Amino acid sequence: MILPLRLEAVAFAAGGREIIPPLSLEVGAGASTIILGANGAGKSVLMRLMHGLLAPTAGRVAWQDADPKRVRRQQAMVFQRPVMLRRSAFANVVYALEAAGVRAGERRARALDALREVGLLGLAERPARVLSGGEQQRLALARAWALHPEVLFLDEPTASLDPSATREIEAVIRAFDASGTKIVMATHNLGQARRLGDEVLYLHQGRLVERAPVERFFKEPSSAEAAAFIKGELPWV
Amino acid sequence: MQGIANSVLEGLRLVATLDLRLWEIVALSLEVSLSAVAAATLLGLPLGAAIAVGRMPGRRAVIVALNALMGLPPVVVGLAVYLLLSRAGPLGEFGLLFTPPGMVIAQTVLILPIVAALCRQSVEDAWREYEEQLRSLGVQGLRAALTLVWDIRFSLVTAVLAGLGRACAEVGAVIIVGGNIDGVTRVMTTTIALETSKGDLPLALGLGTVLIAIVFALNATAEVIRGAAQRRYG
Repeated sequence: MILPLRLEAVAFAAGGREIIPPLSLEVGAGASTIILGANGAGKSVLMRLMHGLLAPTAGRVAWQDADPKRVRRQQAMVFQRPVMLRRSAFANVVYALEAAGVRAGERRARALDALREVGLLGLAERPARVLSGGEQQRLALARAWALHPEVLFLDEPTASLDPSATREIEAVIRAFDASGTKIVMATHNLGQARRLGDEVLYLHQGRLVERAPVERFFKEPSSAEAAAFIKGELPWV
Repeated sequence: MQGIANSVLEGLRLVATLDLRLWEIVALSLEVSLSAVAAATLLGLPLGAAIAVGRMPGRRAVIVALNALMGLPPVVVGLAVYLLLSRAGPLGEFGLLFTPPGMVIAQTVLILPIVAALCRQSVEDAWREYEEQLRSLGVQGLRAALTLVWDIRFSLVTAVLAGLGRACAEVGAVIIVGGNIDGVTRVMTTTIALETSKGDLPLALGLGTVLIAIVFALNATAEVIRGAAQRRYG
């Protein structure tokens, strides 16, 4: 177990601009965590700090497990725009397994299993780059599924998809949750936050202004910023 | 004007009648230049990619140097390789001076910077797109570099073609290292230079035409393959 994840006074600045002021929080296993906030609130940066793609300019990101290799191996991330290699869908999943050090004999079965899970088995031999946006995002999820990560980070995974593709993606995310993977997802789609989340971290200008269970967050937000965000956003859901 | 037109016609006649001596020259040219391109590609693509994704100190200086070396004068490369391969030089014992392998070495040195520098730029652009995804998968360093090279292989065709163009066209390096020995190290460009100075314009023009036609054909083939592959893989 690499969870819980602890951020200890983690701050991030770039080009002399403070994007995340010192922030401390703990993320444990179980409940799906949704990071909410307006564009530019620092959701993506916070998630990249957690995932280790960005190094904090101050503070410490600490996992329960101290071994960096196991920590890396037990997390996966799905980005807003999936980056696929110019090879088949199947080969893209196999590549991820190979990078994770999965034994050669196991890769094929695990890749096929993951493609089946996201409903892409029929397109396994199709070049990944010619798949539709929704299919590519499902392939990104298959790539993560094959790794059986303990934590899955998702950065606005449906932001550029149509409603039907979004539903398919959400179904896969639920399957991850059901299989015991901890979900940490950034979104500005309130409907999606309600459908998939158990708790909400609300960010405003890089600060964590509110952390609450989903129901309470939407019914009675305790901060003025969150209340304004919910009011302003809801008509667009 | 009349003289030039006659020379051109005579040159084309020489080409059309498949003068055996002429085709030996063409074949050696292709052999030397294609070998050099193969060697420069094998060395240059990984080198360029490693510089693209590497984060070593002095990286910018390396990039500037590599880009500058694209403009290496062939005669200078020829001279340097000549010194290396000459009897008294460090590689003298292999007896490669005035042989086709020696010419391949000279042309490889000449076009390696071109292939590596152009590859470095392409891979660096691709790295910007792939970096987060690859790092998320735990891929970096040499493995990331090789993944990128393979993934943008169709764009890298341009880098290889630039090297090929340079190798086919240059005369300075092969004439110094090869010596332009009839039947041994005489290639198209050295023949053109020699025949022009002797006044045998038809042969020079005929070879010039063949040279240009070959370069066009190689580029067209590469473009067709690249286009088809790009449509297939996206």
